[in-house]
Amino acid sequence: MSLTAKDKDTVKAFWAKIAGKADDIGTDALSRMLVVYPQTKTYFSHWKDLSPGSAPVRKHGQTVMGGVADAVKKIDDLSAGLLSLSELHAFTLRVDPANFKILSHNILVVLATMFPTDFTPEVHVSVDKFLAALSRALSEKYR
Amino acid sequence: MVEWTEQERTTITNIFTNLNYEDVGPKALCRCLIVYPWTQRYFGAFGNLYNAEAIMSNPNIAAHGITVLHGLDRAVKNMDNIKATYAELSVLHSEKLHVDPDNFKLLSDCLTIVIAAKLGKDFTPETQATFQKFLAVVVSALGRQYH
Repeated sequence: MSLTAKDKDTVKAFWAKIAGKADDIGTDALSRMLVVYPQTKTYFSHWKDLSPGSAPVRKHGQTVMGGVADAVKKIDDLSAGLLSLSELHAFTLRVDPANFKILSHNILVVLATMFPTDFTPEVHVSVDKFLAALSRALSEKYR
Repeated sequence: MVEWTEQERTTITNIFTNLNYEDVGPKALCRCLIVYPWTQRYFGAFGNLYNAEAIMSNPNIAAHGITVLHGLDRAVKNMDNIKATYAELSVLHSEKLHVDPDNFKLLSDCLTIVIAAKLGKDFTPETQATFQKFLAVVVSALGRQYH
């Protein structure tokens, strides 16, 4: 299930529309993840405040969406482009890759709430494939 | 048995009381067939599913989307006994329709996205948690009688 040329164009066009709200998207997606999938809180025991929209959540949402923005730029070769991020997640953070799917789902939910008319089924499938490819690239160095 | 708080019961009842089945049902099923195209395998007799436009204008798909969404009504009315309530439907999906139960999760994810788009900001993290919990229980009950 690799990204077609159409998928890449769709993702880039949609990203152009939503990039201005990247910080809000990141905050909301992370907030939802921590509430809807409480097991994900185990990775953030060092944060003072895990409530939706808290300062650490906002800051980390920015970091995560920065990574997504970078991935959009490197959409033609995600494995190479996300190499150092993969090493970070594999050797330092050691986030179970199952959680990439969980965060991806919450990003999709946020996109639906914030861009109900633009997030058509066609955009949905391309973005879903893109986030899956991103997650795969992030898992490259795990073993 | 699944425990529901009063808040959760209210959330679910409110979502379904205010639901436009004729709009959400078709949208959810169409989205599933477009985002997860392998699910089209169950709809060979439904006519033209060649591309997204064909799917979204297919009246058989739209009608079926409404049917499927109404199938959730019995869970809303029997939240304390969803497992038993869906025993018969589970047998139907297994023995007559031969639907891979993994597909139930795919459709429920698409329904979540459609409801999120409808409710926007009102689809709070807590509402999302409750709605996904509800759908997960239904999905589990529908897969229960497979053997």
